[in-house]
Amino acid sequence: MKNLFFKGFLLLPLFAVGLFLTGCGNSQGGDSGKTTGGALASNVAEQVYVAPGEYDEFYAFFSGGFSGQVTVHGLPSGRLFKTIPVFSVDAEKAYGFNEETKPMLMTSHGFIPWDDSHHPELSQTNGETDGRWLFINANNTPRVARIDLSEFETVEIIEIPNSGGNHSSPFTTMNTEYVVAGTRFGVPYPQQDVAINEYADKFKATLSFIKVDPETGKMSIAFQVLLPAFDFDLAHSGKGDSHGWMFFSSYNTEEKHTLLEVEASQNDKDYIAAINWKKAEEYVKQGKFHEVSARYAHNFYDEETQQATSEMLNTVKVLIPEECPGLVYFLPTPKSPHGVDVDPTGEYIVGNGKLSANLTVHSFSKMLKAIENKAFETTIDGVPVLKFEEVVAGTVKDAGLGPLHTEFDGKGYAYTSFFISSEVVKWKLGTWEVADRAPTYYSIGHLMIPGGDSHKPQGKYLVAMNKITKDRYLPTGPELCHSAQLYDISGDKMKLLLDFPTMGEPHYAQGISADRIIPRQKKFYKLEENKHPHRTMGEKDARVERNGKEVHVYMTTIRSHFAPDNIEGIKVGDKVYFHVTNLEQDWDVPHGFAILGARTSELLVMPGQTETLVWEPKAEGVYPFYCTDFCSALHQEMQGYVRVSGSNANTPLKWSLGSNEEE
Amino acid sequence: MKRLPQVLMAASGLLLLTLFVWPMWSITLLAPQYPQGVKMFIYINKIGGDTPNSLQNINILNHYVGMELIKPESIPELTYFPYIVVGMAVLAFVFAFIGNKKLFLLWALLMTLLALVGIYDFYLWEYHYGHNLDPHAPIQIPGASYQPPLLGTKVILNFTAISLPAVGGYLAGAAILLSYLAWWLKKKVKG
Repeated sequence: MKNLFFKGFLLLPLFAVGLFLTGCGNSQGGDSGKTTGGALASNVAEQVYVAPGEYDEFYAFFSGGFSGQVTVHGLPSGRLFKTIPVFSVDAEKAYGFNEETKPMLMTSHGFIPWDDSHHPELSQTNGETDGRWLFINANNTPRVARIDLSEFETVEIIEIPNSGGNHSSPFTTMNTEYVVAGTRFGVPYPQQDVAINEYADKFKATLSFIKVDPETGKMSIAFQVLLPAFDFDLAHSGKGDSHGWMFFSSYNTEEKHTLLEVEASQNDKDYIAAINWKKAEEYVKQGKFHEVSARYAHNFYDEETQQATSEMLNTVKVLIPEECPGLVYFLPTPKSPHGVDVDPTGEYIVGNGKLSANLTVHSFSKMLKAIENKAFETTIDGVPVLKFEEVVAGTVKDAGLGPLHTEFDGKGYAYTSFFISSEVVKWKLGTWEVADRAPTYYSIGHLMIPGGDSHKPQGKYLVAMNKITKDRYLPTGPELCHSAQLYDISGDKMKLLLDFPTMGEPHYAQGISADRIIPRQKKFYKLEENKHPHRTMGEKDARVERNGKEVHVYMTTIRSHFAPDNIEGIKVGDKVYFHVTNLEQDWDVPHGFAILGARTSELLVMPGQTETLVWEPKAEGVYPFYCTDFCSALHQEMQGYVRVSGSNANTPLKWSLGSNEEE
Repeated sequence: MKRLPQVLMAASGLLLLTLFVWPMWSITLLAPQYPQGVKMFIYINKIGGDTPNSLQNINILNHYVGMELIKPESIPELTYFPYIVVGMAVLAFVFAFIGNKKLFLLWALLMTLLALVGIYDFYLWEYHYGHNLDPHAPIQIPGASYQPPLLGTKVILNFTAISLPAVGGYLAGAAILLSYLAWWLKKKVKG
């Protein structure tokens, strides 16, 4: 999100917007005071009250923004259930710390412990969220991750070459044929040492299409479309009749490289790029691509071996519009459009011109006609620019200030977030009339309706994600939480129901009715299916093996002990691998493992899984280890010792559990 | 329907064989942490549960109070009861073929006796596991025993244990009733 861009403007609009909206016959928008009375009305409380032991109706997946993760909340309660680590290490879950998951965070630049995650996107079947996978982009070091929603774990991450700032990502097509990754920053193509002021000549933008295997979900970059170095901002796929097209918004069509807040705001219109990906598939099949060398990592977590592997890939297929007529068209769209949102029918393409008070809506059918009639105003690098008046369907006039994103309720209405005027505006598709508006506290970025960017929205609730909270919660020093606000949109008027804090900076969220997720849930991993190379299938196999200075401890956990729990014969200078297998086969019985002085995180091992902690003891002594997850009535007794002797000592290697065990 | 008694007798044999499909008895343990309960199913030839791991999970719970691990291979009845059941089913078919009312009654009485012996044997095993406690158990409550009920509900520490016949048990019971019915009908027809 470009909230930095706006922070300078912020004070001004907060005062000025009141006037602006008064002009629209409404004075709510500028109200920066608290809403208390309305939101506390008892019927509102009942609408968000989920009684103890009851389930929420919807899951909501929020991006963590600069936390790099995804958080899982319930709607309408707003309760937080889980943080899913994706692009940042998570010591709580040993993600990026244990040997199994370290490769997930490998890139062509090496191991990276952090990124900035922006847009979660649920997989779809026939344009409907199907609850199989959640995709999310890494903005800083361009990557796309896939989370398996049967276990709520990140299982795959693919890096995007020829990209910088993977922002217009990872929006999906109707059947998850592709998720996309468009670059926000132009970068030299190929990447090279070049003067920055040669931007317009040497820099390019790529829009990548990542193929998703319909069975396994496995991702691969099918092709990239090479375009001028505009800043591609957001994207959404066509649906219905426009299935087969993907739309990307852009700003900085001026192709500037400094002081963009001014330099990139000069053109009256920037472009929405319409990509015909079915055509692209034909061109790829015909071999009209360039096999370009590129280095990018593909990391995959194998559920059987319970280990991630990182593979470095070396080439990517690039399509050049000049050689592929009909592949790309530009739709002129006023005022640096941010979100590009396609309505559920697939006919309307909404350009949220963020420096404007108006929303421009293009028509897909008019676009096809304009292409047929060659109604081009010019051509840029082989890409025809369609005439604005030939593609525009209508304009939502004076709706608010700073439109960013639009979602749909499936009942003929659209809901647009206005950052500067800090409100959600509901308007009618086709008539372009404003139907309602509701203030947000404060400065909304994205908004989300479950399925609201799909072919079949579940339009009961709307969630506003706000950038600024100021006085909304108990203060917590200079850094304040971001917030989400829940609105009931089932009636004619939007009704604010709930205001709840979120983790990191949720840019976007996706919602889905819980019944599409619950039946897929794994309760534990079957031990007999554990193919981890260092698994221990039972206590009788628990052992310690020395291989030079490497020591492998094959350890098991079951309520409430480790096997073995006494280990001797470790020496200073050894590298000790604790391969801990949790033998439990029941729901919600993880065991943890931590040893004094280990310079890494704990392990948190799910039933049936094996995880590995590496420990390099630096000094002689006897070191306790213990279970970190309160597992049972005798959890506190779940502990043990490792004796570390001097590097030249003759202490024999031995291990045991209880007095009856072997020497 | 002159052959009805014989058909019923044969049906008794068939019903008895369902013991190889469905469990005879179930013990359900309920506790706040186990909202769906933990279920142990006793079959004619094995011990299972509502999940493949129920027995392991019950053993984990039992070990806190020092109960012996329930190992199906250490219960010999699970090995030889199946032969008795198959034998009785074959007898039912043979008796049905012969069609002698006295044989019907013999089978019914024999089965009744076997069922009573089986239930008593079940009680003895429950007593064995409930009282044979490890003196070094982590949780020791003086005077406490953990024997589940033979039939019905009993509170054992934090668990409510419910012991009831299961599908196979009901069908075996029905087999016995059918055999009595077969005998009675046969008697009536002749008389």
